[in-house]
Amino acid sequence: MTKDPVLVVSNATKRFGGVLALDDVSVDIVAGEVLAILGDNGAGKSTLIKSMSGVHRLDSGSIEVDGRPVQMHSPADARELGIETVYQDLALFDNLGPTSNFYAGRELSGPSWLPRGMRVLKRREMSRATVDVLDRLQVALPDMEAPVGLMSGGQRQAVAVARATAFSSRLVILDEPTAALGVREAARVLDIIKRLRDEGKAVVVISHAMDHVIEVADRAIVMRRGRKVGELVASEDSREKIVSLIVGGEG
Amino acid sequence: MTEQIERSEASELPGSKNVGHSDGLTNDTVPTGDVVAQATTPRLDGPLRFALLLLRAGPVLILILLVVVIALVTPLFLTPRNLGNVLAQTAVIAVLSLGQLLVIVTRGIDLSVGSTLALATVVGALMFQAGNSSFLVIASMVGAGILVGLINGVIFVKGRIPHPFIVTLAMFTLVRGVALWLSDGRPIQGMPEVVQAIGGDSILGWLPISSFIVVAVAVAVWLLTTRVVWGRWIYAVGGNPEAAHRTAIPVSKILISVYVFCGLTAGIAGFLTAGRTNAGAPTFGNLAELDAIAAVIIGGASFLGGRGRVSHALVGALMIGVIRNAMNLANLDSFFQLIVLGIVILLAVESDVLRGYLENKLRLAQAVRT
Repeated sequence: MTKDPVLVVSNATKRFGGVLALDDVSVDIVAGEVLAILGDNGAGKSTLIKSMSGVHRLDSGSIEVDGRPVQMHSPADARELGIETVYQDLALFDNLGPTSNFYAGRELSGPSWLPRGMRVLKRREMSRATVDVLDRLQVALPDMEAPVGLMSGGQRQAVAVARATAFSSRLVILDEPTAALGVREAARVLDIIKRLRDEGKAVVVISHAMDHVIEVADRAIVMRRGRKVGELVASEDSREKIVSLIVGGEG
Repeated sequence: MTEQIERSEASELPGSKNVGHSDGLTNDTVPTGDVVAQATTPRLDGPLRFALLLLRAGPVLILILLVVVIALVTPLFLTPRNLGNVLAQTAVIAVLSLGQLLVIVTRGIDLSVGSTLALATVVGALMFQAGNSSFLVIASMVGAGILVGLINGVIFVKGRIPHPFIVTLAMFTLVRGVALWLSDGRPIQGMPEVVQAIGGDSILGWLPISSFIVVAVAVAVWLLTTRVVWGRWIYAVGGNPEAAHRTAIPVSKILISVYVFCGLTAGIAGFLTAGRTNAGAPTFGNLAELDAIAAVIIGGASFLGGRGRVSHALVGALMIGVIRNAMNLANLDSFFQLIVLGIVILLAVESDVLRGYLENKLRLAQAVRT
């Protein structure tokens, strides 16, 4: 593949007290590709994505975005760089509709000479843009005005994923996007992930669901006790190898 | 084939006519168990949605019902003179509840507004006695309210206190104490004419001028909550404080600002009270904070935060005013007013719980269908 990586993690190490959560981990993340991060509980998957999304700072090692080394001190820094993360709790505002959720904290408003809190919301513009993004990802919602708290788990997941991709992000990180979803709703979310890839975005997925990983991921890395123990093409053929790497056998 | 039909069906908007139509079609062509189950979900959907609609409209319907019943029982009720009375008596609660609304939307509570109202009237009366201009008298009353609100908000947020209940409870007694101290525990007569006119006069012989103040505050709150970034952030903070923080919404500033605004409404309510009575007194506004909180909840806002509109606060305040007025007209003992109001509050809170339960069912029904 000739594409330059969107984000490169090199020799990342992170310690929490005596626990070595990340041990010399290096990963390349490429546009137009879905990368799955696999591993048992406590293998370091969460620590890895949190260091990519500005939650954790590495003790040593570096992160490069588009070939330039970056220092991220907060999730807001990561978002500035086009890195969006959807955590398992989704961080949705259940009392607000899809549009308000999309634009929470970055509302389109004016005029600019007013203090930000007093600016008038550009409601029509925001709702049009939201509908556009949802259409593009083929997310069908029952009611664009209804609060997302009234939506099903899959619809909420779809809104959260769509929100993450709405603002010209380059890398979308998804933490267990299909956990707690029924078969059909999970399939919908996987479809959305494939569409993101086809749009040329880089996608990182943490998942325990092997079937979903095989279906949607191009590449998989396996982690165990903070180390990267394998990197392989995610396909039916490599399924057994992946599983044995996760549980710690010699593949 | 079944699979495909289900998919195309699920992508339809639920509740739209298309769903019913395709249901009929699939029933004719592929009568499998799965499809039958699908056809029944919208039927469950309808009553649920209707029940929710009814619950949401509940407060307004109850208010209308109240007015109709009372008007039939007591012909005096619908006279302009009496309606003017109701509006005049409701003005203070309405203004207070509009401030309280924003606090409750952020999952908070402000117990200090009754005391703040009293302090504002005392400060205003003292300013007038000292020979200050009407403008300064009014500014001092509103300013006293803002100051108390600012103290509430800053101590709550910067003191990292887990819930505003205790902070505002402390201010509830502290501010009342300051009002008693400043006034020597006695009412102070005298208010500028403008203040008396706005707080106590009416036009057309019945419509109180204070009602226009209520409308002005209501319109301001409505614009701020629905049209401006600040309002959107208030609802975001109330809906999910953690997520608001993560999306870089200035949560601390928003929280402080709602207490400041609530204090401002207490100042305005003090101004109306002082005008109506032509005095400042440290005993004014006793238990007014409970009326304001009750109004917001009765009107249909959620005590759990995140949900509540201007109409909720106004409807709740009117309902309290109408109930009190009707019981006065009926010569019922004032003890009963307290009992009735208590029951109404319990019903309102219970209907909020019921609403949450029904919404959850609706959500599950949707998950089944998609």
